[in-house]
Amino acid sequence: MSNEELKAKLSELIPTATFEEGGEWTTLLIEPKALMEVMPLMRNDVAFNMDYLFCLTAVDWKTHITMVYHLTSTTYRHNLVIKSKLDKSKPEIETVCLIWRSAEFLEREVYELFGVNFINHPDLRLLILPDGWEGKNPLLKDFDDPINMIKL
Amino acid sequence: MVEEIGTTQDGDLIINVGPQHPATHGVLHLVITLHGETIKKVEPHLGYIHRSIEKMCESLTYRQFIYVTSRMDYLSSHINNHGCALLVERAMQIEVPARAQVIRVLMDELTRIASHELWWGAMAMDLGAFTPFFHAFREREMINEIMEDTCGARLTMNYMVPGGVQEDIHPDFVRKVKEFIALFKRKVDEYDEMVTDNIIFRKRMENVGVISAADAISYGLSGPSLRGSGVSCDVRKYYPYDVYNQVQFEEIIETGGDSLARYMVRIREMKQSISIIEQLLDGIPDGDFCAKTKAVIKLPKGEFYQRVETARGELGIYVVSEGATTPYRIKFRSPGFSNLSALDHMARGSKIGDLVAMMGTLDLVIPDIDR
Repeated sequence: MSNEELKAKLSELIPTATFEEGGEWTTLLIEPKALMEVMPLMRNDVAFNMDYLFCLTAVDWKTHITMVYHLTSTTYRHNLVIKSKLDKSKPEIETVCLIWRSAEFLEREVYELFGVNFINHPDLRLLILPDGWEGKNPLLKDFDDPINMIKL
Repeated sequence: MVEEIGTTQDGDLIINVGPQHPATHGVLHLVITLHGETIKKVEPHLGYIHRSIEKMCESLTYRQFIYVTSRMDYLSSHINNHGCALLVERAMQIEVPARAQVIRVLMDELTRIASHELWWGAMAMDLGAFTPFFHAFREREMINEIMEDTCGARLTMNYMVPGGVQEDIHPDFVRKVKEFIALFKRKVDEYDEMVTDNIIFRKRMENVGVISAADAISYGLSGPSLRGSGVSCDVRKYYPYDVYNQVQFEEIIETGGDSLARYMVRIREMKQSISIIEQLLDGIPDGDFCAKTKAVIKLPKGEFYQRVETARGELGIYVVSEGATTPYRIKFRSPGFSNLSALDHMARGSKIGDLVAMMGTLDLVIPDIDR
């Protein structure tokens, strides 16, 4: 499906859907609460068949954290970006790793680097950072490390 | 953090492989739960070479951040640089001269051959065959010399820049590449005879580390590892960049899903790379090697995503720009990270001796995983 077709189909299936303009691909904005309605639909609906989660990350916007999911379909080759805004004071969202297994590691990475709590994640632990690092999330904008060089 | 060697209540043995183990080729640390010789669980512990490249890039300009990406997947440094250059060019709508486009694809394919050669030698060595390593490195050295002539570096090239390449190719480039190709064509067949048809090698590869197409997609595998499971995914075919849409090459797909299939994909891919280089080498267009670009690059406000096919798979570069000289947020979707996440699934139920073959055919490069 082209970007326009994707958008039309999405608006039809999810009446509350809002879109972000200007990107290369259709970008769908959803509430964190709606994640578990939208994601299984994207994966299982034959028209979408978004079976490949190729990128999962977060962006710290100081006032909130935005989760970004990049999906594609290995049958139709269409791409879709799904974004969800999380509360900065208590960032949490359902895990998608039961839908796409690749999310298990990617979410662990976001958990340690951004402090996002993934509800129902089977194994939410530090992956890259050493033990005892909990609470300090390096990719947040207010993180500063006096010892190690992270800025050039 | 690190479980000591010990036994669990069920009598299972917990052992550590790495972070310093010859078969992990870098600082990968696996905590393995064994029942007898059978693997029950493989748990990777990462971060021994984590440099926080994504955070670093937030304070680097769009000309500077390319240099850091050479240090991610150091065996594909040209291709990493290429991805960054493409991202900036697309966002800034910079027209790249034809000469630069051809040079960049030539460099990419030479890099792919060099990377696959190192993988081939190192993997055979992991399985106990020492000779292939020397054969592979002998030919790889020729590529390194070609690179050194033009880029001045042998590993972290930093040759591709937004708009084209940094310097024109060395006067000897075409001659040396031709010499290399003439030799390497014979050598690939020799590799096949030496290793691929070896009965011991086949026994250690066939039906080892099998992953189905559906699982491979779900785990986000990419590159030769995904194509070994019969899924077509070549970025060069689906999202062609530079002159990839002007050359003829076959996307290599094997359907076995086992270690041998992944191995065969890479061997056959080297032959395709030779073909791409041959098609381009005689017709390198004249002209500029770099477009005129502004000294200070400011990406327009918005989001950009660029993918390239590295030797290991799909590298994605996701940039969020606020219109400044530095990116607001940058994310590298590295192929090795997702490939590694499937290791546990592949290894469960196999014998510990087969783990090396699985790690070998996933072609893990640790700095690429840790970033």
